[in-house]
Amino acid sequence: MAKKIVTALVGAAVLGLGATASQADTLSDVKAKGFVQCGVNGSNLAGFGAQDSAGNWSGLDVDLCKAVAAAVFGDATKVKYTPLSAKDRFPALQSGEVDILSRNTTWSISRDTQLGFDFRAVNYYDGQGFMVKKELGVKSALELSGASVCVQSGTTTELNLADYFRANNMDFKPVVFEAQDEADAAYNAGRCDAYTTDASGLYSIRLKMTNPDDHMVLPEIISKEPLGPAVRQNDSKWFDIVTWSHYAMVAAEEFGITQANVEEMKKSDNPDIKRFLGEEADSTIGADLGVPKDWAVQIIKAVGNYGESFERNVGEGSPLKIARGLNGLWTKGGLQYAPPIR
Amino acid sequence: MALADARTGSGEPPKVSLLYNPALRSVVYQVVTFVVIVAAVWYAWHNVIQNLARANMSAGFGFLNSRAGFDIAQTLIAYSSDSTYFRALQVGLINTLVIAAAGIVTATIVGLLVGIGRLSHNWLIARLCTVYVEIFRNIPPLLVIFFWYLGVLALLPSIRSIFQHIQENPNASFFISNRGIYMPAPIFGEGFGVVLGAFLVGIVAAIVFTIWANARQRATGKRPPVLWVNLGLIVLLPLVVHVLMGMPLSLDYPVPGSFNMKGGMVVGPEFLALYLALSLYTASFIAEIVRAGIRGVSKGQSEASYALGLRAGQATRLVVLPQALRIIIPPLTSQYLNLIKNSSLAVAVGYADLVAVGGTILNQSGKSIEIISIWMLIYVSISLITSLFMNWFNAKMALVER
Repeated sequence: MAKKIVTALVGAAVLGLGATASQADTLSDVKAKGFVQCGVNGSNLAGFGAQDSAGNWSGLDVDLCKAVAAAVFGDATKVKYTPLSAKDRFPALQSGEVDILSRNTTWSISRDTQLGFDFRAVNYYDGQGFMVKKELGVKSALELSGASVCVQSGTTTELNLADYFRANNMDFKPVVFEAQDEADAAYNAGRCDAYTTDASGLYSIRLKMTNPDDHMVLPEIISKEPLGPAVRQNDSKWFDIVTWSHYAMVAAEEFGITQANVEEMKKSDNPDIKRFLGEEADSTIGADLGVPKDWAVQIIKAVGNYGESFERNVGEGSPLKIARGLNGLWTKGGLQYAPPIR
Repeated sequence: MALADARTGSGEPPKVSLLYNPALRSVVYQVVTFVVIVAAVWYAWHNVIQNLARANMSAGFGFLNSRAGFDIAQTLIAYSSDSTYFRALQVGLINTLVIAAAGIVTATIVGLLVGIGRLSHNWLIARLCTVYVEIFRNIPPLLVIFFWYLGVLALLPSIRSIFQHIQENPNASFFISNRGIYMPAPIFGEGFGVVLGAFLVGIVAAIVFTIWANARQRATGKRPPVLWVNLGLIVLLPLVVHVLMGMPLSLDYPVPGSFNMKGGMVVGPEFLALYLALSLYTASFIAEIVRAGIRGVSKGQSEASYALGLRAGQATRLVVLPQALRIIIPPLTSQYLNLIKNSSLAVAVGYADLVAVGGTILNQSGKSIEIISIWMLIYVSISLITSLFMNWFNAKMALVER
């Protein structure tokens, strides 16, 4: 009897999973339904994926979803958002529940290969850090031996944390939460001495604390966390659109094209810019990509170039005030670099 | 058949169309059902394999032997980030069993007391028990967990203030903080086995003595001092042996470390929140089941026991409860199963139960189907074992009719 029940249950669960995962061509699928289903951060990570009181989504990761919708439909509002926890995000993409996962997700080799995803574009170069209460008097992560550390489950953060303390011969007590909101609340209540996640996240979470000024982010960055959009493997057409939507934003910044001057720039004599904006008569870039000719113009009109999106969401124009740093253009000492659009 | 025979009135086999042959029909129905089930399972399995292959993913349980790479806070068996996923699942399973066992015991005791209390003639006790039941029964268990975790335990003194407290009271050894309850841990030295043996002998002796005392009471009407003798056997005997063996049991006291207390034992707030919430939530349902069970025993039973000279407590314990148990046990089983399954809410407060640990593994390895089947298999097994035990207990308690 027990066996029968288990078989039936497993069968049912598997059926549910199997039935939705079968579409191979996401682009036709998206065009047919008329919108992009985008997996974003479900715990209001200000600057990356957050919803305001009116229900509008904003953030760097959200801008990428909008950019893809603008490229495909010429309309950045044709996005539906699925808020996801760190734990739910991968099954959501695997099962086809979302078309893009744009949820501050670290690109790593195991996720690229084992999990059946494809990564290429990096819309935020991040690294893992620690936040502590100032009153502890801790000045370096190396002084954290014996501390209780709040962390989110199922993240690369959780693995780096274990490795870092082990490598430095320190011990710690992990306090692991599935949802970021609960980790935030527990740290705020003094359950942990330190909170660890990507440095960008720490700045955002710090603002949620009762007294943000009581907390500080330690100088150590203990890992590389290239955050970017992921799509299902073996769907290169869709993968290309998502990747090049990001690169279009970076290229626009390289060319100096902004939300404000994009119409004007269409008349530019620079052949690179004309090609990029689809003003060249016989250009097939858009058609080859599977989107309208003016895709780049639509993206820039919707979310601006990468620099504008960055400043608006996490930079000077936001409460986070994160410096460009690694996320500056390659010409300015950063790592953001768009492959040639030709 | 018999009907057909009777109608034709001869020994000839009845001329019924094969289509209406009941034996054949039942075989056909079973074959069809079997084929449909096999086809559905095969289809599901095939679908999974195909989809996984399309995503370049493999199915199988080989990944359980890879290195876990993450740490777990509450472990009752040896575990480090170098252990395997399989070991991590074991840690999670043990944590689930611990919370389920602790929750069931507490919920039963609290539920029994509150259930009886609701029927008390004492106005205050009865009303208090009613309020308890109505509050806890009507709030979702997840909210009860959050209430304890963020509303009560998080507001306890911080670890810093505990450090201060220790400076003022150096001899203190028991602390309650928002990081958990710290207490001395026992260290079992050489020769402790003998003390443990004495303890077990004491328990056996106490049981034998109680049986003898009951027999003697029935024979002579006099009751030997069971409580005192048993207390002596269970507590005093091991204590004396402990002293004779040269005190092999010592205590490890918690002392302030750099960030947390070092040494000693700690019961974390995650466990406490889940334990309190699950026990008190389930206890409110058990209380109602107990009340229904007691009300189900006809009033004449207790009146008859009073007439025989039993006191109220004795009447409840010896006459009413044994009969009420027959009504109580079947729904009680469902409550136990609910508690076991609700323990998976642990994930909300970060208690490392089977679901929390499995979820981490699922995310790190990407093996969702495998992990979900392991979860289901384990929960079904735990629940079925609990049901089997309760059914056995129910059969034992059932009215034996002669």
